[in-house]
Amino acid sequence: MVERYVMSIDQGTMSTRCILFDHRGRLVSVAQREHRQHFPRPGWVEHDAVEIWRNVQRIVPEALAGAGVDAAQIAALGIANQRETTVLWDRRTGAPLGRAIVWQDTRTAPLVDTLRDRPGDEFFLDRCGLPPSTYFSAPRIRWLFDHVEGLEKRAQDGEVLFGTMESWLIWNLTGGTDGGLHISDPTNASRTMLVNIRTLTWDPELLDFFGVPRPLLPEIRSSAESYGEARALLPGVRIGAALGDQQAALFGQTCFSQGEAKCTYGTGSFLLVNTGTDLVRSHNGLLTTVAYKIANEPTVYALEGPMAVTGSLVQWFRDRLGLISTAPEIETLARTVEDNGGCYIVPAFSGLFAPHWRSDARGVVVGLTSYITKGHLARAVLEATAWQTREVVDAVNADSGLALRQLRADGGMTSDNLLMQMLADVLDIPVVRPLVAETVSLGAAYAAGLTVGYWPDLEVLRGNWHRAGQWLPDMDPERREREYECWKRAVERSLGWMIRSPGQPR
Amino acid sequence: MAGPVQSIERAAAILRLLAGGPRRLGLGEVASSLGLAKGTAHGILRTLQHVDFVEQDEATGKYQLGAALLHLGTSYLDVNELRSRSLNWADALAARSGEAVRLGTPLEGRVLVVHHVFRPDDTLQTLDVGALLPLHASSLGKVLLAFGAATVDPPEEGLEAYTRHTLVAPEDLNRALAEIRELGWGAEVQEMSMGDAGVAAPIRGQGGLVVGAIGLSGPVERICDTRGRPLQALIALLRDAARAISRDLGAARW
Repeated sequence: MVERYVMSIDQGTMSTRCILFDHRGRLVSVAQREHRQHFPRPGWVEHDAVEIWRNVQRIVPEALAGAGVDAAQIAALGIANQRETTVLWDRRTGAPLGRAIVWQDTRTAPLVDTLRDRPGDEFFLDRCGLPPSTYFSAPRIRWLFDHVEGLEKRAQDGEVLFGTMESWLIWNLTGGTDGGLHISDPTNASRTMLVNIRTLTWDPELLDFFGVPRPLLPEIRSSAESYGEARALLPGVRIGAALGDQQAALFGQTCFSQGEAKCTYGTGSFLLVNTGTDLVRSHNGLLTTVAYKIANEPTVYALEGPMAVTGSLVQWFRDRLGLISTAPEIETLARTVEDNGGCYIVPAFSGLFAPHWRSDARGVVVGLTSYITKGHLARAVLEATAWQTREVVDAVNADSGLALRQLRADGGMTSDNLLMQMLADVLDIPVVRPLVAETVSLGAAYAAGLTVGYWPDLEVLRGNWHRAGQWLPDMDPERREREYECWKRAVERSLGWMIRSPGQPR
Repeated sequence: MAGPVQSIERAAAILRLLAGGPRRLGLGEVASSLGLAKGTAHGILRTLQHVDFVEQDEATGKYQLGAALLHLGTSYLDVNELRSRSLNWADALAARSGEAVRLGTPLEGRVLVVHHVFRPDDTLQTLDVGALLPLHASSLGKVLLAFGAATVDPPEEGLEAYTRHTLVAPEDLNRALAEIRELGWGAEVQEMSMGDAGVAAPIRGQGGLVVGAIGLSGPVERICDTRGRPLQALIALLRDAARAISRDLGAARW
């Protein structure tokens, strides 16, 4: 049987998608399923790892059926996943030990504050390239050890496995309790705060610091290599890649050269710039991260500016305020008014990520007057994404000493034309959308396809990239500066809202 | 002629009942008020819920009229929602055909371009989302006309002739629309501007209602054969994409 397609599974924050791509990188079929978001307490966000695995078991056959093929025609499987989300499970039964703690969860804030005081940011930046933040996995593992009785002991005894979503899925796909592979890749592992960013191995000092026993942790393999064959669900199909979703998007946008950048607009938004094999340390609030490691080739690094809340602000507007019934309607509502009416929303729901890194920030709506309608609020929701991007682009430009000349945007929110125009306006550079908006899935497919020789090299992949849309700046420079000032003042008002009281949950 | 359809009569009675009072009603109340078996009432309520005519409160499980009923007269599908749901398929269509893709919906006697994917050759192109096209001279418009999603109200001086190929005589246009209904797709060959051509197919929502049109367009020599007829290969790709979007929007048979 001819192997016709490459399959990707994108295990994202809101949903899991399975997509088949053909040789030209064109989407052939897609199946998707959302999973439940659990908010047990303010600031807590959890997923059910079993529900997610069950969703994968449903969407994989759906995607195959959509293309009218069976597993024999799949050349390889690539996995992309929401990063940093932490799941611990029982090695013997395969059952998760509690719900997965999601990257947006801020329960580790008190611990993180202590770490930033002592031993301080430098200690961590030197080793793992990341400042302490509620965003990353290691503080969560520590939190679980401190709050779940007997867990630390069981972990030390080797009864427990840790993983981010790719590890959980690969373990289940390759047999689970019956010899499942417990592996991760550098793009995911380097976001735990436990990996040495230079050697890409578990750092003994950091393991020691967080009290994480080695048997808990997966083996770190390359982002693109043949890990093994699936036994469940897709028997015999080679699993050829695993990448964190944002690094997958960078790969899918074919940003293979130094200086090439993309921003993916989803639940959160993430701007990544390829820095080649150089490990660049940011002085402007960006993260140093692994872009990808293909087989035995040298590691490629990136600078990253994550924005925690962008699309999820629209979801909040829909689900919690009920002002719209579907996410795309935000554009319809925003277009009922000419401007924001002086209203700004800073969505610091999980504190502020890049470039501020302030876990004491919380969301604010400022500039409210009787004049403000839901249309103005809708505009402020979209503008929040645009201005957050502006702050990150400013940081990228400052770090590189060069100005970004265009922004390659992708992700679900690129269907919002008003947002795309706002981005071009506030960044004052063209914004381009590639022909495949599902770059996360495409990147995972590309990496897996390279592994098995479905595609020969990066150049062929580059040839698949085409411009599908472009938005040009069209904003009065004075107005741009004035509005940016207003945004910055709004951000100031979000800072310091959470008052520190050591040892207390916040 | 067949008699009234019982389930539709019952559905109408349920809607009247829910509209009658300010209170949400539980399944038992609906069933007993109308003298229906609970199973029957539940089936009808679930169908009405599926088409958004009825909403169920998550906490209590009680029913009330749905928001869609309030907007029956206007387009029930938000254009930005349509773009968002079409995005992947429109991209795939542009990738496969090598041509530019546009989506259109009716707006005040014209076609509003709600989505545009560039021809994937990386040449300089400009987004024309928000542009308005004539109904009678564009393939998108002719498809919307043919499937009842829009109507032309010819001005006194008659329909505007953009080129010598524009269909301006009502009988010519009507004949073309009948043909589009029969074929399931429509074309525009140098009818809006000389040298350009386009093909379009309907996008259907729930119940088969046409909510928009998707089309390919470009220079006439790329869209048509030497005899000026649209290329069958393009039409096959176009109709596949239209069907895929329609399926996603909940149209059962297309």
